Amino acid sequence: MLILNCPYCGRDKDETELAAGGEAHLTRFGPGSSDQDFEGYLFGRANPKGLHFERWRCAAGCGKWFHAARCTATLEVFGTYKAQTLEPPRVIKDAITAKRPGWSWRNFS
Amino acid sequence: MKRNSVFAVAREAMRQHSGWRRTWANPEPKKSYDVIIIGAGGHGLATAYYLGKNFGITNVAVIEKGWLGGGNTGRNTTIIRSNYLQDPSAAIYEKARSLYETLSQDLNYNVMFSPRGVMMLAQTQHEIRGYQRTSHANSLQGVKTEFISPARVKELCPIMNIDGPRYPVLGAHWQPRGGSARHDAVAWGYARACSDMGMHILQKTEVTGINQQGGNVTGVDTSRGHISCKKLGMVVAGHASVVADMAGFQLPIESVPLQALVSEPIKPCMDVVVMANTVHGYMSQSDKGEMVIGGGTDAYNAYTQRGSFHHLEETVRALIETFPMVSRLKMLRHWGGIVDVTGDRSPILSKTPLGNTFINCGWGTGGFKAIPGSGWGFAELMAKGESPLTADFGLDRFRAGRFIDESVAAGVAH
Repeated sequence: MLILNCPYCGRDKDETELAAGGEAHLTRFGPGSSDQDFEGYLFGRANPKGLHFERWRCAAGCGKWFHAARCTATLEVFGTYKAQTLEPPRVIKDAITAKRPGWSWRNFS
Repeated sequence: MKRNSVFAVAREAMRQHSGWRRTWANPEPKKSYDVIIIGAGGHGLATAYYLGKNFGITNVAVIEKGWLGGGNTGRNTTIIRSNYLQDPSAAIYEKARSLYETLSQDLNYNVMFSPRGVMMLAQTQHEIRGYQRTSHANSLQGVKTEFISPARVKELCPIMNIDGPRYPVLGAHWQPRGGSARHDAVAWGYARACSDMGMHILQKTEVTGINQQGGNVTGVDTSRGHISCKKLGMVVAGHASVVADMAGFQLPIESVPLQALVSEPIKPCMDVVVMANTVHGYMSQSDKGEMVIGGGTDAYNAYTQRGSFHHLEETVRALIETFPMVSRLKMLRHWGGIVDVTGDRSPILSKTPLGNTFINCGWGTGGFKAIPGSGWGFAELMAKGESPLTADFGLDRFRAGRFIDESVAAGVAH
């Protein structure tokens, strides 16, 4: 059972109390964008075997959306953080570097 | 290759089974092949087989990271059906189902295809309307299915409780020539036939990189050295994004675990395949007597081939009202496979941004039933550059908005 700590209500939540929301930090494209950008936003996914930044909702708790950094190969959780950010905070990046030196993800490292 | 037959069985019985040969050869890799297929699962081996059989291309290597048929081919619940709503899906799945009918004779290897009939239960008014619509669509597509009454459901599957308080059975979408087959035997049969044509099946050979020059593929780096090729086919299911990343492009795919489980073996009690999509469970009985049960996918990306434990409880709980006997069954083992799910829940059989490179992936939760049709169409695509079976399953459909929307048609993963 995957357990994530909700950064808003501060509680550890089992995965059955959470709703998964897919890849995080996607750049949104809408009307007026190129077909390629819109396709990438709607369907293009990194889907890595390893470090993955993703969105979760504290569905059976406070109801807020938050972000998690997790490894899809080992299910290790590097940390969770609030969603009002365009990139992972330094403390999360450091926690990942401690376990996965030299990591990178799209434009982050 | 010695042919399998009743005489071969009798002959070997007389000499204590000393004459059986290895089913496929285990060669050293050559420096170069005309075609390399990455992934020796059902789809990859079927592609190689039809490349040889239909197009005479036999200088082929099928490269496998693990062991043959050890991924989703050996982990699924072996359901074969073609009762899809959309025309392109019905065409490729029905091609596959019809090839399954004669696959044992074609491969000279018993894949134990059993057209015992598949029923998809309608347990809500919405499902009745949906399945009646699919059934009419199937009539136009030439796929033989019908919508049957609850009484007929009970007659075909007496162990079912059709008047449950919460999810009564209101009818079913019935495909009498659907059924199941022995999943390992499908991979083994194709492998034997490929090996017989002189193709190389390279197990325990992991692809670590894809080489390109001037926008075209030139070969692959593997754990057993560099191998060149003129054409490359990627047929790796759950790891499609990982292999595509080596070739420098991204896919509209997310990989999630899907689980299945089997009970202890019991006496024959159910001779059809039943799918209950509202509660999301499906069940059939294997030849060994185990009840084979499949459930839903995990909600989040993972490559762990096990999945979350609570899904097992949810799956079994879902089946208990319709199949009360399940509550007294002991479950024997459970496992997971990594399925590659696309945005419209339909597969991708396509050219790729890299020249002479083709991809067959995105079968998601329903790939086993499609193996022969997928191999047939994908081989044609690789040999000729186009195929009527795969034309609608291109990667470009996501940009153009031409979805083959089986997720809406099925209401669930399919």
